[in-house]
Amino acid sequence: MAKTLAEKVWDAHVVRKGDGEGANAQPDLLYIDLHLVHEVTSPQAFEGLRLAGRKLRRPDLTIATEDHNTPTLDIDKPIADLTSRTQIQTLRNNCAEFGVRLHSLGDAEQGIVHVVGPQLGLTQPGMTVVCGDSHTSTHGAFGALAMGIGTSEVEHVMATQTLSLKPFKTMAINVEGTLRPGVSAKDIILAVIAKIGTGGGQGYVLEYRGSAIRALSMEARMTICNMSIEAGARAGLVAPDQTTYDYMHGRPHAPQGAEWDAAVEYWNTLRTEDDATFDVEVDLDADTLEPFVTWGTNPGQGVSLSSKVPSPEDFGDENAKAAAERALQYMGLEAGTPMKEIRVDTVFLGSCTNSRMEDLRAAADVIRGRTKDPNIRMLVVPGSARVRLEAEAEGLDKVFKEFGAEWRFAGCSMCLGMNPDQLEVGERCASTSNRNFEGRQGKGGRTHLVSPVVAAATAVRGTLSSPSDLESAAVRTSAA
Amino acid sequence: MEKFSTHTGIGVPLRQSNVDTDQIIPAVYLKRITRTGFEDALFAAWRKDPAFILNQAPFNAGSVLVAGPDFGTGSSREHAVWALKDYGFKTVLSSRFADIFRGNSGKQGLLAAELAQDDIELIWKVLENAPGTEVTVDLVSKTVMCGNIVAPFEIDDYTRWRLLEGLDDIGLTLQHEEDITTYEATRPAFKPKTLPARLS
Repeated sequence: MAKTLAEKVWDAHVVRKGDGEGANAQPDLLYIDLHLVHEVTSPQAFEGLRLAGRKLRRPDLTIATEDHNTPTLDIDKPIADLTSRTQIQTLRNNCAEFGVRLHSLGDAEQGIVHVVGPQLGLTQPGMTVVCGDSHTSTHGAFGALAMGIGTSEVEHVMATQTLSLKPFKTMAINVEGTLRPGVSAKDIILAVIAKIGTGGGQGYVLEYRGSAIRALSMEARMTICNMSIEAGARAGLVAPDQTTYDYMHGRPHAPQGAEWDAAVEYWNTLRTEDDATFDVEVDLDADTLEPFVTWGTNPGQGVSLSSKVPSPEDFGDENAKAAAERALQYMGLEAGTPMKEIRVDTVFLGSCTNSRMEDLRAAADVIRGRTKDPNIRMLVVPGSARVRLEAEAEGLDKVFKEFGAEWRFAGCSMCLGMNPDQLEVGERCASTSNRNFEGRQGKGGRTHLVSPVVAAATAVRGTLSSPSDLESAAVRTSAA
Repeated sequence: MEKFSTHTGIGVPLRQSNVDTDQIIPAVYLKRITRTGFEDALFAAWRKDPAFILNQAPFNAGSVLVAGPDFGTGSSREHAVWALKDYGFKTVLSSRFADIFRGNSGKQGLLAAELAQDDIELIWKVLENAPGTEVTVDLVSKTVMCGNIVAPFEIDDYTRWRLLEGLDDIGLTLQHEEDITTYEATRPAFKPKTLPARLS
């Protein structure tokens, strides 16, 4: 039978097929090519190994970094929060004990785990990649089957280098057409989530396809795959192509010489066959897509930036209506308010969704020579120490600093507010991150998910804005 | 893992959809390195509100959480399951669970039982009209009983078997260690290794 990309990757990793057929089938045992580890979801797994007297099977397929709970200021000083410091120290001790490679705070390869893997060339097409973090779906951009796992599964992978999994169903997300200027990958994925809902992808692997996806860079594809989980899907992927190979070639852990050729030959087989069928197909028109923004407290509660805050009455389903009412109350919004009239307090540019070079460049291009709204606080947090260095080499740090933004060290930062980077009660944030849940960025904080260019334009105007709302470059201040 | 066959306890109606894992346990509680002691963290933000259901007797003694659709969305944090268990919940009923949350529950012996939304609504009414009503969740017959309601629930057979037997996942997999070793011998040479480290 003709296979989809996800099915091909799956089948290539079956160590042992589960007994039985159909609904009664036991899970397959799948081999895991790469296990990414960070400080928050691993301590209990390492402890489990120790208690059971088990070894970590493949340290050479495992890599750790510090990201969720690290400060983005004063990284040369001891971490002020004692519990956080203990958690980081525990990772360091565990990695030393079990022989795991670790990129610690201060190291040039430290950073958000989903930025670090691709950057080092460790994420490659056709692999299985897991991490105790739901945004592991990011690595699907390379045509890898990549998914987030819980701590019990982290321990399972450490001990066995495998996972027991039931096969997924497959869903094609077809995005045809050409994006208009100012519209980006983030807008595609926010529109997909608004269309299929936060539960729409549950039980599925998504494959993003179509001319609009083919035209995207690797970093943009990572943004899309990253938020597959916000549509309920544990994994989402894009078939590898020349764009993928060009991105990978020459990276530290990319294959070299004859191995590169062998790898490319295999990677070229990694596409959905023409006569393969998906369980579900969803179409999205790229030509008409506008910048997207969320108004509520789950990532499916989003609209075009040019529209208005919806009314609970707009929703037929009773649960959706109740959820909308609750969300509007939490967000302090009134139905019918134009989205562009919503004033924000903070702009956060960062997270595993949007913290790579292209994201920083796109935002810098919008603000260069413009003035920040004086009431806005803007945080720029590069995804990795390497991204920070590259950005500084291009002078982007100066653009952000002159604009009045804070230029921070790498980490997850305000995306989840585990470290001191948090919103205050009632504070409203335009954020390039991935979750607008109640209190996600700090207790009582209000989050609007946006793309990097919308974040940047919002920092200029003070209200949710797209770059097309800004006055033309001719009237920019002379700083440019 | 403890065996689970049937449980009876006070039902807690949580009339809300999309109860994400940041609500179940906010990120600030994830700094701990233990696997237990998260009872104070469960629904920490909501519990500050005196009107929240877990702040009201007899619901504060509940052990069967009856929630709206899309329970456990968001982060992969298993701490969400640990917090529910530490508080005293043995089972969560919903018409739809997030995939990772459901998987984590199965590993930890918390039963995530999937019911039809219509049945959830009926159970909510019973629990709201007669607070303290007990709910029985029978994993053997895959049935929920509450007042006069008898409703079937779904759970995949493999997870059900492991819960009934109280089996440790890693132990089960290691029975097939030879298969893993055999597979490893077939992996192509171009697959990357993290060690020795190559740096740019």
